[in-house]
Amino acid sequence: MQYETAAQIRQALAAGQTTAARQTEAYLAQIAKYDGVYHCYNTINEQAAEQAAEFDKQGDKEGPLAGVPVAIKDNLATEAMPTTCSSKILQGFISPYDATVVQKLQAAGAIILGKTNMDEFAMGSTTETSYTGATKNPWDTGHVPGGSSGGSAAAVAAGEAPLALGSDTGGSIRQPCAYCGLTGIKPTYGAVSRYGLLAYGSSLDQIGPIAHTAEDCALLLQVIAGYDEKDSTSKKDVQFDFAAALQNADLRGKKIGLPLNYLGDGLDAEIKAAILAAAEQFAALGAELCEFEMPMIEYAVPAYYIIACAEASSNLSRYDGIKYGYHPERFADLEDLYLTARSEGFGLEVKRRIMLGTFALSSGYYDAYYQKALKVRALISREFDKAFAQYDAILSPVAPTCAPALNASLDDPLAMYLSDIYTVSVNLVGIPAISLPCGFSAAGLPIGMQLLGAHFDEEMLVKLAAAYQQKTDWHLKKPQLKEAE
Amino acid sequence: MSGYKNTGYEVVIGLEVHVELNTATKIFCSCSTAFGAAPNTQVCPVCSGMPGVLPVLNQKVLEKGVAVGLATNCSITQKCKFDRKNYFYPDLPKAYQTSQLYLPLCRNGYLEIETEGGVKKVRIHEIHMEEDAGKLNHEAQSGHTLIDFNRCGVPLLEIVSEPDMTSAEEVLAYLEKLKSTLEYLNVSDCKMQEGSMRADVNLSVRKVGAAELGTRTETKNMNSFKAIARAIEYEIFRQIEVLEDGGQVQQETRRWDDEKGIGYAMRNKENAHDYRYFPEPDLAPINISDAWLAEIRAAIPELPDQKKERYVQDYKLSAYDAAQLTRYRRLAELFESTVQLGGQPKEAANLLIGDCLRLLNADGREPADLQLAPESLAALLKLVAAGTINKTTAKNVFEQIYAHNVDPVAYVKENGLEMVSDDGALDAMIDEVIAANPKSVADYQGGKKAALGFLVGQIMKATKGKADAGKVNAKLAEKLSK
Amino acid sequence: MEIDREMVEYVAELSKLRLSEPEKQLMQQDLTKVLQYMDILNSLPTDGVEPLTHVSGVENVFRADVARPSFNRDKILQNAIAAEDGCIKVPQTVE
Repeated sequence: MQYETAAQIRQALAAGQTTAARQTEAYLAQIAKYDGVYHCYNTINEQAAEQAAEFDKQGDKEGPLAGVPVAIKDNLATEAMPTTCSSKILQGFISPYDATVVQKLQAAGAIILGKTNMDEFAMGSTTETSYTGATKNPWDTGHVPGGSSGGSAAAVAAGEAPLALGSDTGGSIRQPCAYCGLTGIKPTYGAVSRYGLLAYGSSLDQIGPIAHTAEDCALLLQVIAGYDEKDSTSKKDVQFDFAAALQNADLRGKKIGLPLNYLGDGLDAEIKAAILAAAEQFAALGAELCEFEMPMIEYAVPAYYIIACAEASSNLSRYDGIKYGYHPERFADLEDLYLTARSEGFGLEVKRRIMLGTFALSSGYYDAYYQKALKVRALISREFDKAFAQYDAILSPVAPTCAPALNASLDDPLAMYLSDIYTVSVNLVGIPAISLPCGFSAAGLPIGMQLLGAHFDEEMLVKLAAAYQQKTDWHLKKPQLKEAE
Repeated sequence: MSGYKNTGYEVVIGLEVHVELNTATKIFCSCSTAFGAAPNTQVCPVCSGMPGVLPVLNQKVLEKGVAVGLATNCSITQKCKFDRKNYFYPDLPKAYQTSQLYLPLCRNGYLEIETEGGVKKVRIHEIHMEEDAGKLNHEAQSGHTLIDFNRCGVPLLEIVSEPDMTSAEEVLAYLEKLKSTLEYLNVSDCKMQEGSMRADVNLSVRKVGAAELGTRTETKNMNSFKAIARAIEYEIFRQIEVLEDGGQVQQETRRWDDEKGIGYAMRNKENAHDYRYFPEPDLAPINISDAWLAEIRAAIPELPDQKKERYVQDYKLSAYDAAQLTRYRRLAELFESTVQLGGQPKEAANLLIGDCLRLLNADGREPADLQLAPESLAALLKLVAAGTINKTTAKNVFEQIYAHNVDPVAYVKENGLEMVSDDGALDAMIDEVIAANPKSVADYQGGKKAALGFLVGQIMKATKGKADAGKVNAKLAEKLSK
Repeated sequence: MEIDREMVEYVAELSKLRLSEPEKQLMQQDLTKVLQYMDILNSLPTDGVEPLTHVSGVENVFRADVARPSFNRDKILQNAIAAEDGCIKVPQTVE
């Protein structure tokens, strides 16, 4: 029997009803059966079954993830498997070290199932920019799973993993969770070590959990969060404790802000209805819903793309065909080696963002674009500070629509960027957010909502989400999976 | 004609000096900075630019940087940050150098140098922290370059002067002063040959009285002060020649070939140097509290200028002697310890400035390399003061101390170098010499006073230089006048 | 902001990207469209606003100056294009 959540697996393991090996094999079998259709994984951990058996023999059964299989995004450095960011330029790359979160997973007793597909270098909202091919949405194979952590989300939705790690630079955990009917947390910037996360936008990136439930997200987040001496931007003395947040579903006294301008033009009517219904549910749980406005959202997408692309243009300069990854076979000289490796190694969307970021930093345009974006970021931050002085959380849509059809997004980059409108502010100001399912469209695609919290107030977000999930069953719905033909 | 060496032109020079800090570890990772290890053995994922790594700042780098800023009269940027300087080159594995542009650690300082026209201030524009790049070894035959990342991430301070210098002499005076200050602060070993101190020379010339600055060039790759002086002379006259021939100086980066004694423009076509600096997101901002700043200030030792003044005041040394002694930290340390141990200051100074610097110079060594113990110097000076040995012997004993750090007391004893001070023995020897040189005696007594010198020499020879020359002189004169 | 062809070529050169003719045209068109949209930032007054570069509020993070063993050299070189004498080997750089 394959258990669906980490909490269930832990309970069954503790009761002696299953073993890590049986669970791992069950998930590997599910992968073997369905991954040909959904393409959630770039690499399967061939040692997973063996490691699980070994764990059953002599692992520490007290670990918070003891014996629990986990999938991780392919932008997290691993010594034992390739790390590719779904890019040709990193084909064959074996990291000489493990990311801090990978070490923490292992120390907590987790069994790593494999590395999941993603948009190339996390640049995309659909997982279609992957060099290894697009991931399909388990709810409808004609649609994208979202991105950039589309592989991680689809893996959990398709039962190919009970839990997964993703990364979120502008919505890359929350949006695929919304598209795939899952729960995911983008932690506060500085809550989780980025050491070993192959950087996209260094001041925006955070690693976070993807799961079916808020409870599972809390479990995984608690394992990966905390100060790391290798990450200068990680916060000291962060010690989440979600036990209390998960037990008490009483939301009396909690104030949730609902920014009305987030529900205006451009938001799909079905999603709007689902958000308003969720707001009512929170009110029913005792929370006070407060309508207000957050006008700065208009400026979030341009500020975000300038900052993310500028940082990316610098972060991706190290991929030069010399030290690691794709090495061209023929080149005339050093300059030709650089140009050939990068031009053949990067996909179009990555090139577009490198170009945009290089431009924003280039002589004569720095002040007008990059510097301007940082100032706008400061103004957005002030607006959030003001909001959190009044509310415990903010309720918002995750994306303006449900999962788009395959092959419908990449031709119009600006339209794709604009679809990130509800998610990017969170990264610009560094606050946490939880994305969770709150309904389905008439076409049967999941709808998600997100709750935004003050810096390091993850416990509040988990409490609200867990309370909601005690009263609703959106997160329990499962897609009808297709086998490969 | 006026101007530089009567050329009718004046010279404007600014310097960018890079010094490697002498920390145990690199600026952003815990790899050792030791010089001379096998290629790529002092390397980790961080300094080799592996995907996903992050930097963590070495606290010592910041503290040493602040100390240098304070010692060069800079204001310290208490809230400062790092920036990324982006460019592609194989010695830079991340393809950006973590440096400081927008908020450098130190700004608006100066150093005072001695020039012919008196004391001159050379202003310091800024000092910032950054990381060194790796080393490229070119294999000309195979047409390949081998990359060694050992030096990647070694901490550097870049000290940028204003264009306040007008000759090679001033540049050298500035560099000497800077080097001595850094040595006193114990922040760098400042070895140009090993590349731990490097100077890029920004130089332009203009007609005397011209209002606008000329186009400047940047010359790199000099590995000694001597080479810097030669490169400057070369570049001054090259630019003057270009202008005199009706040409224009190109703004370019040039390299100096010291063997051939020529400079040449580099072919490197760096794209207009558009480095796209932006704040380094991976490093937390720095906030140096007033208390911390005060702590660093309190730990700064006495610097050359203050020391010099004190030597003149307390030890009654000449300004020249004081300057010579304080130029090198090690020399000043030896001087002070020697005096503390009872050496007479003026004599101690003479020994260190005269004999010691002469020997170092002949060996091509630096005062920092001196191994000798101040106890030995003090003991030597005491031997002279007590009249146990004379000055000629003292010189020889010092050479033994310099070379083998011998104990002067034991050495003098073992080799029987004590002055002949027994009057009886001396008298006998003088009588012998008088008897053996009747002609000189007659000359002296006939009025040729110079003959006395010859006779003294004979006596010194007979005592193997161990007699007190003054005493010999007096006794001889007395005996001959009888 | 309108991006011209010269700018596309300049930015591509800075980015060390060799673009085909159709890619250049596409970049010119896409970047212009995106940057024109981004110009809405100019409608927001930001005079006197301090740019926000770091959002975690963390400052003064340092390491003690204590050396730790470096990495196994083979692991650092294992992904390189070519290695010789313990170094990464590349075509000769120009000086």
